[in-house]
Amino acid sequence: MATAAARDTAGSPTAYEAPAGPGDTDAFQRAFDAAVAADERIEPRDWMPDAYRATLVRQIAQHAHSEIIGMQPEANWITRAPSLRRKAILMAKVQDEAGHGLYLYSAAETLGVSRDELLDKLHAGRQKYSSIFNYPTLTWADVGAIGWLVDGAAITNQVPLCRCSYGPYARAMVRICKEESFHQRQGYELLLALSKGTPEQHAMAQDAVDRWWWPSLMMFGPPDDESQHSAQSMAWKIKRHSNDELRQRFVDICVPQAESLGLTLPDPDLQWNEERGHYDFGAIDWSEFWDVLKGNGPCNEQRLSRRRQAHQDGAWVREAAAAHAAKHSDDTTGATRA
Amino acid sequence: MTHTDWPLWEVFVRSRRGLSHTHAGSLHAPDAELALRNARDLYTRRGEGVSIWVVPSSAVTASSPDEKDPFFEPSADKPYRHPTFYEIPEGVQHL
Repeated sequence: MATAAARDTAGSPTAYEAPAGPGDTDAFQRAFDAAVAADERIEPRDWMPDAYRATLVRQIAQHAHSEIIGMQPEANWITRAPSLRRKAILMAKVQDEAGHGLYLYSAAETLGVSRDELLDKLHAGRQKYSSIFNYPTLTWADVGAIGWLVDGAAITNQVPLCRCSYGPYARAMVRICKEESFHQRQGYELLLALSKGTPEQHAMAQDAVDRWWWPSLMMFGPPDDESQHSAQSMAWKIKRHSNDELRQRFVDICVPQAESLGLTLPDPDLQWNEERGHYDFGAIDWSEFWDVLKGNGPCNEQRLSRRRQAHQDGAWVREAAAAHAAKHSDDTTGATRA
Repeated sequence: MTHTDWPLWEVFVRSRRGLSHTHAGSLHAPDAELALRNARDLYTRRGEGVSIWVVPSSAVTASSPDEKDPFFEPSADKPYRHPTFYEIPEGVQHL
């Protein structure tokens, strides 16, 4: 019986016995490979290859950072939402994004990294977040386009992650996917209201879709033959479908949805291919993707400096809460026992 | 940047009366009271719960995954503990 904490969802995974020699490592590796092959989940205290752990930390941290940074472009419109109903919806959505970030940070922590370490790396620009959030939200219609297209692309990416081989990540994704569906539907409803509104409102909705369409397609990552991590992640069952496969799935879903909205997608090459059973679509400008990734998007600097500022502004709250906890550590708390 | 190093808490939520609390996830908080409030905001934004427990993660004692075979082995070789082990003549009811 180990006395270490269970840490099924978080904490340091130090409880497993480190292999004593190369022979042992082989046995651990075989057990890991067998579990992955059998579609079993890997849990925090199981032995796992160092590269598998590092890949998960990178991916989950980047995912968590994206949720937190993703609060900014939409929060930009909370004070200017056109009605109380829309304002309440938008606040709930932005709060959900914070929640999603926290589920994911917890999942990352089960791999032996600390929350502070992850935040430091984000603030120092040493870990990335999704490039989509480096685009500005210029009009109210952008809130709708983000919900429909950006959250729609995220859902297409995330649903397969619910079956990811790493248990805590998969469990976090189940919660997130349940909540994302509201995000997408509210965006679609918002765009529909604008599209059916005055000619100016319709034009605003169309402009937002024109600006967000291509960046949304880039959210699936580089084409399969240029994606450096894809093959290994697929072998580990972290990833279940290739970037191009998911991108195609998203395009196929969006085309009829755009028609129902009464809006067009800004791609002259978009057309149904009877033979493939999919929509063909135009070439993506990958130079833009790499440029934004490198830090040259319209809002990279603004997003990161706002994040750092928010963290600094919250320091006194964290310090006060810690001081209060220390002062009352001997009291029974206000909470009652179960 | 200041680091707070708040302890980790495991969160258990009772989704409705008559069901037991089940593990929902974990979070950081400076003390039990704030852990409860954070858990409410994080894990019950859509009426998922009527009661929450928070437990310091460090207070949980776990069986080791390395021991799983010998540790649980005694329960694996006793099929007679299952009702399906027994052969009952056809037609016998309420058994």
